[in-house]
Amino acid sequence: MDTQIGFNWRESVRLGLIGGLVALSLSLIGVVETFGGRGIISGVISLGQILLFGAMAGAGYMSARQNPHARTGLNLVGGLIAGLLASLPLIVLVFVAGPINLRDFLPNASPGLLKLLIFEQDQATGSLLLLAVSAVVGLVGAGITLLPGRVRHPLLMGLLFVLMVGLLSEIIILAWGTKGLGLKIRRFMFDKGLSIRGTLLVFLIVAGLNALWGALGGRAQARVSALPAQQQKVLGWGRIALGVLFMLVLPMILRTYLTEVINNVGLFILMGFGLNIVVGFAGLLDLGYVAFFAIGAYTMGVLTSQGELGVAGMSFWSALPIAVAASVLAGVILGVPVLRMRGDYLAIVTLGFGEIIRILALSDFLAPAIGGAQGILKIPKASLGGLEFVAPETLYYLILAACLVAAFVSWRLRDARLGRQWMAMREDEDVAEAMGINLVQTKLLAFAMGAAFAGLSGAIFATKLSSIFPHSFNLLISINVLCLIIVGGMGSLPGVMVGALILVGLPELLREFAEYRLLMYGALLIVMMLSRPEGFWPEESRKRELHEFETEPVLAD
Amino acid sequence: MAMLEVENVHVYYGNIHALKGVSLTVEEGEIVTLIGANGAGKSTTLFTISGVHKPREGTVRLEGEDLISYPAHQIVAKGVCQVPEGRRIFTRLTVQENLEMGAFTRTNRADIRQDLERVFSLFPRLKERRSQVGGTLSGGEQQMLSTARAMMSRPRLLLLDEPSMGLAPMLVESIFATIQEINREGTTILLVEQNAQMALQVAHRGYVLETGAIALSDSAANLRRNEMVQKVYLGIV
Ligand SMILES: Nc1ncnc2c1ncn2[C@@H]1O[C@H](COP(=O)(O)OP(=O)(O)O)[C@@H](O)[C@H]1O
Ligand SMILES: [Mg+2]
Repeated sequence: MDTQIGFNWRESVRLGLIGGLVALSLSLIGVVETFGGRGIISGVISLGQILLFGAMAGAGYMSARQNPHARTGLNLVGGLIAGLLASLPLIVLVFVAGPINLRDFLPNASPGLLKLLIFEQDQATGSLLLLAVSAVVGLVGAGITLLPGRVRHPLLMGLLFVLMVGLLSEIIILAWGTKGLGLKIRRFMFDKGLSIRGTLLVFLIVAGLNALWGALGGRAQARVSALPAQQQKVLGWGRIALGVLFMLVLPMILRTYLTEVINNVGLFILMGFGLNIVVGFAGLLDLGYVAFFAIGAYTMGVLTSQGELGVAGMSFWSALPIAVAASVLAGVILGVPVLRMRGDYLAIVTLGFGEIIRILALSDFLAPAIGGAQGILKIPKASLGGLEFVAPETLYYLILAACLVAAFVSWRLRDARLGRQWMAMREDEDVAEAMGINLVQTKLLAFAMGAAFAGLSGAIFATKLSSIFPHSFNLLISINVLCLIIVGGMGSLPGVMVGALILVGLPELLREFAEYRLLMYGALLIVMMLSRPEGFWPEESRKRELHEFETEPVLAD
Repeated sequence: MAMLEVENVHVYYGNIHALKGVSLTVEEGEIVTLIGANGAGKSTTLFTISGVHKPREGTVRLEGEDLISYPAHQIVAKGVCQVPEGRRIFTRLTVQENLEMGAFTRTNRADIRQDLERVFSLFPRLKERRSQVGGTLSGGEQQMLSTARAMMSRPRLLLLDEPSMGLAPMLVESIFATIQEINREGTTILLVEQNAQMALQVAHRGYVLETGAIALSDSAANLRRNEMVQKVYLGIV
């Protein structure tokens, strides 16, 4: 390529200003100040500052990416300019919000925020400091793209892990750092967030391992693929066995609190597997999926409760198949009237169905049977041969077993004849019919299978909490499950797990985020759709669809 | 007894009376074409035969057996396969996977493999591209693929809806040549076309459909000489 192309300064300016607007928005919605209290590296940098300067670094990084063939010096200057410009909106804010009170309409433009932005200095010094720091950060952002991959990857990985460990430090301390060896390690590595020593340690370990893998990983992989098929098979099974072993000992590693989080993630994974069949495999957009979760939970509640509302006093295990069957039945009942509907219409009708179920649960009409707003109480715990599923650490195994069953069933169905029916129907209903596929049966089976997993999840949810209330079954759950499928990758089973960890697990760990949860969802979805529309862990054919078109455009005749 | 007998069929879309008593027959081994302007009801006729739309009145019989009481997917199993208008292939599946979907109603793997080879010999272009994703094929190749996919169900009666639509003249000729070849190998064909010129060249007999009713029916040769057909459909003044 031509190295003499003029440097695209306009791009640096544009990206710098975009970065500035992002930084300004983050400040004005209160993220910077709220997260200013969460130290990532103790006494050095907070999460709020990382987000703020992330915008500058991003502007510098993108500016250099836009000019891949320019000379190094020019690119660094471009990054510097982008970083510099990105700080301008903030500096304007500092000077405007000083004398004028903006808080009537921008409640987050608080003195605390302003102090944070100018590093607790006076206005002039602080602004200059902000300008300088932003410029340097922009320059560093640009510099990173210029590094060769074997340096850049370990560097970025190391930084990412520092961020993660710093972010989760409270939880890490809570889980492992309270006594014995853990306490010693905690004193060494953590303060408010990571200590400087801890930061270096995490960075060096991760970057070192990453560099080592970069240097040797390719050769190791080549070695493995050179092995005879027999040994590769053994290796494959070994990997699966290792995975299973890991899952079995996980609660012992994670301790109570984190296991509780994983259990919640697990219930969503279970629902995710179910909705993945309906939306991902069969292409039926269902927005009322929470209904089946609710039906599973309420059936379990009514059949097993030892309170006034319990009708049968059954055990968990005898009620479980009935709860699942009730959900399946509801799935079919919903399926029949919507057989002829497609796309938007289907989405709206299912949305309504979800609300109907919630409102029924809340209604006075059904209150004598299912408790209305008071819900159902005294749902007993499940037990198996003397083992009571009470503590999160034991309940974990119940949820794990359910997830494994759901994963196995989904995986087998996808490759079976039924999976191909779903796929054809998702791609084109009319053609599927012309191929000889029975659409009625195919659709109803999708709704039924999806409902079964949600019912299973709901039934476990009921015994996990011992009591259920209508407000636990709102629209947000349907949206949550749908989002985790989209983020993970439509139709992909590992994608469901990744999506649930990101969208359910992370917000549980980062409690301050609760307020911004929907905002994060929105931002994450937009970014995903722009940069990785196939999801984090896409299914094969979907990746093909979204990326082969880019390289090989459809030819016109 | 004719292979396909459509008798006095009336189809409605809500209040729109789309087919007003259409009758036609197709004999075993024939290519019969149904020509007509846009909106005349050609596609509706095919959807009625393949069971996607059900008529309010009239009968559709395949070798004497009433088809209307069967759902669409069972009619496919009886050997009637429709290639819908507009090259509706599975864009994210490969060519080979598309073809395998076409054989959905069948279970004998050896037979399917054999038919795959037969289809590839009819459409050598598809063989070269068997592992390419459907969406990346050119328009002509997509048309070949949707016809080839229908062949995989081993139909006795193939319903083709405007296979020449939007294709360059050279590709149109090659598609029609293949249609004739499929017919010579023993498949009966009902061919819907707006390109009357080509359709009447390959067909044995033809029907002219006008606003939901059959206006004319004759041998293809006679229709080509018919004054009205020449003026309206062949553009000969
Ligand atoms: N799904 C539908 N809903 C309502 N009207 C339709 C539908 N499909 C076709 N029509 C109407 O039926 C008539 C025949 O359409 P069609 O069979 O598609 O014609 P052709 O294939 O000959 O162009 C047209 O007037 C068309 O507008
Ligand atoms: Mg048509």
